Amino acid sequence: MSAPTLDRSATGSPDEATLQEQFDATIAADRRIEPRDWMPEGYRKTLVRQVAQHAHSEIIGMQPEGDWLLAAPSLRRKAVLLAKVQDEAGHGLYLYSAAETLGADRADLTDKLIEGRQKYSSIFNYPTPAYADVGVIGWLVDGAAICNQVPLCRSSYGPYARAMIRVCKEESFHQRQGYELLMTMMRGTDEQRAMVQDAVDRWWWPSLMMFGPPDDESPNTAQSMAWGIKRHTNDELRQRFVDMTVPQAQALGVTLPDPDLAWDADSGHWRFGAIDWEEFRRVLAGDGPKNAERIARRRAARDDNAWVVEAATAYARKHERGAA
Amino acid sequence: MSEVTAEGGHGAIPTGPEVPVQPRARAVQRDWPLYEVFVRGKRGLNHVHVGSLHAPDDEMAIDAARDLYTRRNEGVSIWVVRAVDITASSPDEKDPLFAPSGDKVYRHPTFYEIPDGVPHI
Amino acid sequence: MHEETVYDALTNAHGEAGHWAFGTGFDDPLAGVDTTVPDGIDPADLGAYCLMLGDDALVLAQRLTQWITRAPELEEEVAIGNIALDLLGQARLLLARAGSVGVLGRSREQATATIPDEDALAYFRDVDEFRSTALVAAPDADFAQAVVRLVAASTVRLAVFTRLRSSRDPVLAAIAAKGVHELAYHRDHAARWVLRLGDGTEESHRRARSAVEAVWPLLADLFTATDVEERLAAAGVAVDPAAVRDEVRDVLTQVLERATLPVPAWPAGAPPRGRLGEHGPELAELLGILQGLARQHPAATW
Repeated sequence: MSAPTLDRSATGSPDEATLQEQFDATIAADRRIEPRDWMPEGYRKTLVRQVAQHAHSEIIGMQPEGDWLLAAPSLRRKAVLLAKVQDEAGHGLYLYSAAETLGADRADLTDKLIEGRQKYSSIFNYPTPAYADVGVIGWLVDGAAICNQVPLCRSSYGPYARAMIRVCKEESFHQRQGYELLMTMMRGTDEQRAMVQDAVDRWWWPSLMMFGPPDDESPNTAQSMAWGIKRHTNDELRQRFVDMTVPQAQALGVTLPDPDLAWDADSGHWRFGAIDWEEFRRVLAGDGPKNAERIARRRAARDDNAWVVEAATAYARKHERGAA
Repeated sequence: MSEVTAEGGHGAIPTGPEVPVQPRARAVQRDWPLYEVFVRGKRGLNHVHVGSLHAPDDEMAIDAARDLYTRRNEGVSIWVVRAVDITASSPDEKDPLFAPSGDKVYRHPTFYEIPDGVPHI
Repeated sequence: MHEETVYDALTNAHGEAGHWAFGTGFDDPLAGVDTTVPDGIDPADLGAYCLMLGDDALVLAQRLTQWITRAPELEEEVAIGNIALDLLGQARLLLARAGSVGVLGRSREQATATIPDEDALAYFRDVDEFRSTALVAAPDADFAQAVVRLVAASTVRLAVFTRLRSSRDPVLAAIAAKGVHELAYHRDHAARWVLRLGDGTEESHRRARSAVEAVWPLLADLFTATDVEERLAAAGVAVDPAAVRDEVRDVLTQVLERATLPVPAWPAGAPPRGRLGEHGPELAELLGILQGLARQHPAATW
């Protein structure tokens, strides 16, 4: 008979090698790692970075479309867009929560975003000059995001996987509203059809770039896949997106701006032209005016309202349960 | 291209060794407390943990939970509880998935008590 | 593959369409509703009254939407989004009701025939045809003004909608019945914020106090009935705004007192202005942004 445990914190810890073994076995069995489990420091750091930057992308991603909220051309479109942008705030929030289970802190992560020490997806540094951009963002950008995100519903880290399930359910509404807007515009005036084609021309290549560098230039992929944080390579997901999107473009009646796009019957895939990674690097460098504008808006939301956050904290202290 | 990654939902995020992921040594005083949210999806079901949020106090936490976790009619009743008020089962080395890492469910930098009169640091 | 199954399940979620905030295709907010005007009600008056209530909701939704991406915390972004969506929903129903009784004004001459009534009214009326009050049109200088205005506007609207549930116009009564639940939440959420700002820090108290001073004068013309409201109130269709004044004053006074804020003198009643189409430049500016794109493409469908 063993002695009773009187002090829970005093139970001994297994050594690190055993813990690593248990961690590896959990991953190998495709089971989930949960917040209180031991995890290698590299796994934790990679996850915090990934989840935080994903959260930042959701929050910054509110802005390109949010700029159209006040000017949406019908009340129904305004309601749909508002619900969508609101969802993105929710997605950011779910994801920050997942990062917090890893020991991060939301206000601290927001500071890092504002100080440029953590990044967000470069796709949100492209401008949105026309209302058709709202539709194309839904169709292509959210479509690409869904391709990236659905596998993350099986991420090895439980809180991230659960957040992604919620996010993915809501994202499918986002993609559908975008595609539906484009269909409606294509049935409208010549001017509207031209707006849609122009937006497709501007967003097609950036959408493909969203999947990241080609596999042979993507050194982080192997470790992330071994950890079950990433489920497919960049090129696999990019190909899946192209295969899914080409028939949708045909149904819509728009031309994708790639003369090399061709059906390859042997492989059963659409082949596409070479991606101009130089252009990608320029946007990625983040020196464009949109990057500064996006961060400035986020900074203003934090700084201009700091007094509100402090006020609520002060009120809570004064009216704490049990306080006089 | 090693300076970029497609990790995370929207891909193509610049990364690199310079991206800091450790929480700051000093805690951020601005943060409202973390709440855990439990929703009863429909009558006859248990409340289930659905996620968390930050709120200044219990009342505002309920408002935020309603707006955030039931805006598509996902629930008929909401519980919120401060994360720090949750007591978790003891870590048990006999369960390989229960490695000890502290007795708090959510490992957050907590507020440091700062005396009145000290400017925000 | 597993993901494809998940993906298919997500993209073909039609079976649970009710789970989503919005379906596809244009949905007439009054689809399936009998829009016949009961005997003894003047359709022109009814339409004008629906414009008053609808325009208030539309303009306030637009003001709240300006906070999106600029709110104090992410939780509050979501809360403001919900409130704006509720109000936008009320505006769509009320404008559609106005359209259904033939009150389209000049908008029908400017909008093409394919544009739904709600959009013809929202996008193709000129500023002097809007019937909203100054309370909803005023810009917010800061978050304190946003929540003080919201508590005032939703308290008034809740008092009116509560009574409208027994309106002789069944459509208006149904819109009101749906709206009271939404408005009660808007009022309570805003009131909770007023409490926290008023009784928070020195700075928040000062800002809340300035907000009250800025918002209270805008209550002056809210409780004076127009001729339309008088006639419809007598017919059991509308609410005479004078009838809700004391209730509104009591609620707002209670909120300010709980928030440790000084209660300003109740403004003396003034003749209606916004309800008759007299507006300041801030409404023209707001409508310029709201209507700009739709008016650039009058023949377009969205």
